[in-house]
Amino acid sequence: MIRYSLARFYGISAFVAWYGAVLFLTQPAQASTKVTAQQFVDLQQGQPHFPGFRRAHAKGVCVSGEFVSNGSLTHYSDAEVFSAGVHPFIGRFSIAGNNPHADELSAPVRSFALSFVTGSERWNIAMNTPPVMAVSNPHDFYQQLVAIKQGGDAIKTFFAKHPESADFLAWKASYTPTESLALETYHSINAFYLHDARSNKQAVRWQMLPLGEASKNPFTDSAALQKELAARIAHGNVRFTWQFTLAAPADDENNPAIQWPSNRAQVNAGEINITQWQPQLEGACHALNFDPLILPTGLSATADPILRARSAAYAESYRRRAKEQLIGALGGKESE
Amino acid sequence: MNKLVTRYTFTMRLLHWSMAVLILSMVCAGLAIVSSLEPWQLSLLGLHKSFGVLALILLILRFIVRVQSTAPALPSTMPVIQVKLAKFSHWLLYFLMLVIPVSGLLMQYFGARPIVVFDLLTMPAAMVANIEYFAVFREGHGFAVLLLLLVLVVHISAACFHHFIRKDGVFKSML
Repeated sequence: MIRYSLARFYGISAFVAWYGAVLFLTQPAQASTKVTAQQFVDLQQGQPHFPGFRRAHAKGVCVSGEFVSNGSLTHYSDAEVFSAGVHPFIGRFSIAGNNPHADELSAPVRSFALSFVTGSERWNIAMNTPPVMAVSNPHDFYQQLVAIKQGGDAIKTFFAKHPESADFLAWKASYTPTESLALETYHSINAFYLHDARSNKQAVRWQMLPLGEASKNPFTDSAALQKELAARIAHGNVRFTWQFTLAAPADDENNPAIQWPSNRAQVNAGEINITQWQPQLEGACHALNFDPLILPTGLSATADPILRARSAAYAESYRRRAKEQLIGALGGKESE
Repeated sequence: MNKLVTRYTFTMRLLHWSMAVLILSMVCAGLAIVSSLEPWQLSLLGLHKSFGVLALILLILRFIVRVQSTAPALPSTMPVIQVKLAKFSHWLLYFLMLVIPVSGLLMQYFGARPIVVFDLLTMPAAMVANIEYFAVFREGHGFAVLLLLLVLVVHISAACFHHFIRKDGVFKSML
């Protein structure tokens, strides 16, 4: 009797499990035309990948410094970082790509990320040298990366099919990489909203403009940019102006591929000063996920589809390297 | 003198069914937010964290109500092993319902991501992220959910078994 009823119990369990599995498996099948965070990070990390490192912008250097705010944005936003005074941050300069040993001078894109902690809040900022994306949504961005990896004329064909890439291509044609990470202009690319105490919102993009003096980079090896940056920091020569561009009603803050006209109002928020650096595996920046959607009171995300895709993609990259680092630590070996 | 208890108290039943709906929604939302690149991902991520804090508060409340009230006894005709398994699986469910939100909170803490609860308050996170502790709680969060789904298959199957096969009123004690 017991055996008979147990058999029926197993039968019911199998049915419940099967029904659950059907519900679960049909969910991704319905959405198969959409790229997932896992597919995106698989593409970025490449084959074979570099365990324990970021899947994108794998090579970089940790920095810290302070933002001297002039208070001019307090009219637009409640964010504590904009109040007049000195606000410390940690940050990271990096180059695009999956290879933590790549040659720095030949990387097409350079990046600067910052992280401010104010009270119980955090604000992460992730910027790149281009002022705009070539495309407007994460699925097209995925195809753009596929085309770049394919090589040959694939990327030309891709751009020809995507007329929205015109502003990006115009920037690319006019851009010459400098000899220093401290001499680049870094852009938020995506737009964000500033919120004041009355909940008025203003869409903005921002850029950090170099204040350092131009000089020739004496290094030529694969770590030439990091070495030059370290030498500059020693001389207190890594400074930027933090400038905000305010969108006009005609600008679409949700389209990251379109450059806003150059006559838009701009606000100088203050000066960024880098004071220290550490190798990336030794600095505090290594353990941090610079997800730019971690925002404090006074700022919020626009509906820009590429901005909104960043949290899940950054989280997947972070989860993979965190797990590898833990396994490496438990196994008694370093990630590098 | 002792009145035979055949149903869980109203508070227990309310907590059971509201948490059932909440937990299943949270599992679906969790699976969606780790893979989706769609614009709603950020909003759902915020809701997942807020409702996770709510689930933890409800669990603590439920635990207090559970130890203070009398649960209906299982039928005396049930084999001893089944009674033991039933009790074990119930406490395992409580344990997992605790581990899942707590690991979620701790992975956010060590990942240096403050949690904004329903736009009401911000739970602070570590000043300096600890990627190895993050990995422990991130992987633990996912593993505990898998285990929860497994125990839920047994739990729901057992409920059906009592209702349709044994017809012993155990399922009705939660209605």
